[in-house]
Amino acid sequence: MAKRSIVPFGPQHPVLPEPVHLDLVLEDEVVVEAIPSIGFIHRGLEKLVEKKDFKQYVYIAERVCGICSCGHGMGYCEAVENVMGIQVPRRGAYLRTIWEEMSRVHSHLLWLGLLADAMGFESLFMESWRLREKILDMFDATTGGRIIFSVMCVGGVSKDMDSSMLKGISDTIKTMEEEFVPIMETFLRDYSVQARLKGVGVLPLKQARLLGAVGPMLRASGEEYDCRRLGYEAYNDLDLQIITSTEGDCYARCEVRLKEILQSFSLIRQAIDKIPQGDINIPVKGNPSGEYFARIEQPRGEAIYYIKGNGTKFLDRFRLRTPTTSNIPPMVEMLKGCQMADVPLLILTIDPCISCTER
Amino acid sequence: MEYINEIRPISMDEFLAQVITMKMEDWRLAQICAARLEDGYEMSYSFCKDYNMVTLRLVVGTEDKIPSITQIYSCAFIQENEASELFGVKIENLSMDYHRKLYRIDAETPFKEKG
Amino acid sequence: MDNVKFLTFARTAIKNMFSKPATVGYPYEPAKFTQRSRGHVEIAGDQCICCGMCMRSCPPGAILVDRKAGTWTINRFDCVQCGSCVSVCPKKCLSIVPGYTSPQNHMESETFKASPLPAKH
Repeated sequence: MAKRSIVPFGPQHPVLPEPVHLDLVLEDEVVVEAIPSIGFIHRGLEKLVEKKDFKQYVYIAERVCGICSCGHGMGYCEAVENVMGIQVPRRGAYLRTIWEEMSRVHSHLLWLGLLADAMGFESLFMESWRLREKILDMFDATTGGRIIFSVMCVGGVSKDMDSSMLKGISDTIKTMEEEFVPIMETFLRDYSVQARLKGVGVLPLKQARLLGAVGPMLRASGEEYDCRRLGYEAYNDLDLQIITSTEGDCYARCEVRLKEILQSFSLIRQAIDKIPQGDINIPVKGNPSGEYFARIEQPRGEAIYYIKGNGTKFLDRFRLRTPTTSNIPPMVEMLKGCQMADVPLLILTIDPCISCTER
Repeated sequence: MEYINEIRPISMDEFLAQVITMKMEDWRLAQICAARLEDGYEMSYSFCKDYNMVTLRLVVGTEDKIPSITQIYSCAFIQENEASELFGVKIENLSMDYHRKLYRIDAETPFKEKG
Repeated sequence: MDNVKFLTFARTAIKNMFSKPATVGYPYEPAKFTQRSRGHVEIAGDQCICCGMCMRSCPPGAILVDRKAGTWTINRFDCVQCGSCVSVCPKKCLSIVPGYTSPQNHMESETFKASPLPAKH
């Protein structure tokens, strides 16, 4: 039997965008066990819901994480609106959808850049992030913030987009789609990229279901599950094809995310074509009383927002189950049996967001 | 799209049996949430299958012990550890027990007391 | 494996060598702000009635309204530019304007003169 050794991995590591620590039990170069530990950036934001009034809390929910901030605001509002029985005006719902899909593009491009960086393909990383910058500029022009938008409010959105802004978005998307082609080609067909990704970290469908994987992780293993099908906001009116792959390896996860970017472009375009005129928000009266579980498809996977109101303006409990919380157990399973050199890549392909996980 | 999203109250006696039934019927563990009541906790175990979601609601006293479901759903360990660390819920037989060291925080069970 | 290509990125890499940089040469070139850019909060003090709505709605608690003294104080280090105060202001005297707050050596808050509500008789 080979000698066992334990290698601590993280929380500070060049490949990790956020602090997560793993104790890797190695047998020669092969990982036999991985013990994850988090807890470096716990901020207790869930507790804060008892101190801030429920309308204020939208701004705090948005600040749980920088990349999925739009979705966190939206998911929280969705849960509160369901408890209070508020119907968001259609235009507001469409605007939310457009911003959410733009965040998906931005999140996936960020992830692709990080993946390229983890493989050592620096120029591909730069290229992905150069493209992402265009989305951030559009956010800046439409919401006033590049990362944190602060446009969601209970009952709708607080800023409208005029027709010139919508036109600007669809024009930018068109050029982005053209510039995205070489990036996609490189990720899918390049020899060195395939050598790093193919057959690495295979997660079979049965295990993915059992361990509760969500989002692109689950879809890359072959399950057709996308919360956008629930039809919240404007997704009911849009034509959504769920993107899946069958292999369940790193390459499949990369492929799913690449195709989801194209899908998001199409959804944004559809939403811009169909957006109705009218109000963007409705005034909210009263306080929430009751509880609700809302599900939102975040770029990283399904997120669950639970709120429990007691009839006052302070909520009793807000719970946010983020995609990464669900994706850590499958990641630990995937790590077993992989090479030490593939560990950074495997951690990255679940698209970890530790700030979200710890809140 | 039509889907179920319901909360099903259950008692402690049938708790583990219900979770095993869920597992037999191929439900996916979606989330575990603890909430503080006046003199106890409200545990919600949500399961998803296709687009349906069912939440099992368990109400326990502050000092009551809850059996861990990590033997049934091994992926539950992070969220059960979180509930026991932040709220002080007493969960027994955790397959990977962090002993309140999941979050590296000074305060013990900070979410236990209101306000 | 017919799906494999070599040097897929070469064309883009060569093109990038001869195209303009995607970044702005700040500080030699000025940074561009969009019209909606949330830089900092400004107040038109003469219209403020010191109602305190902004103070109560501010998530980080960066605003202090003193009704007696008729002042409106903001701690710019606490402000997160969320725009909550702007949306609740009944007199619409608050606004978020482009331009980030400049770095400072000490934490200090800025106080503006506001006109308090006329005393009730």
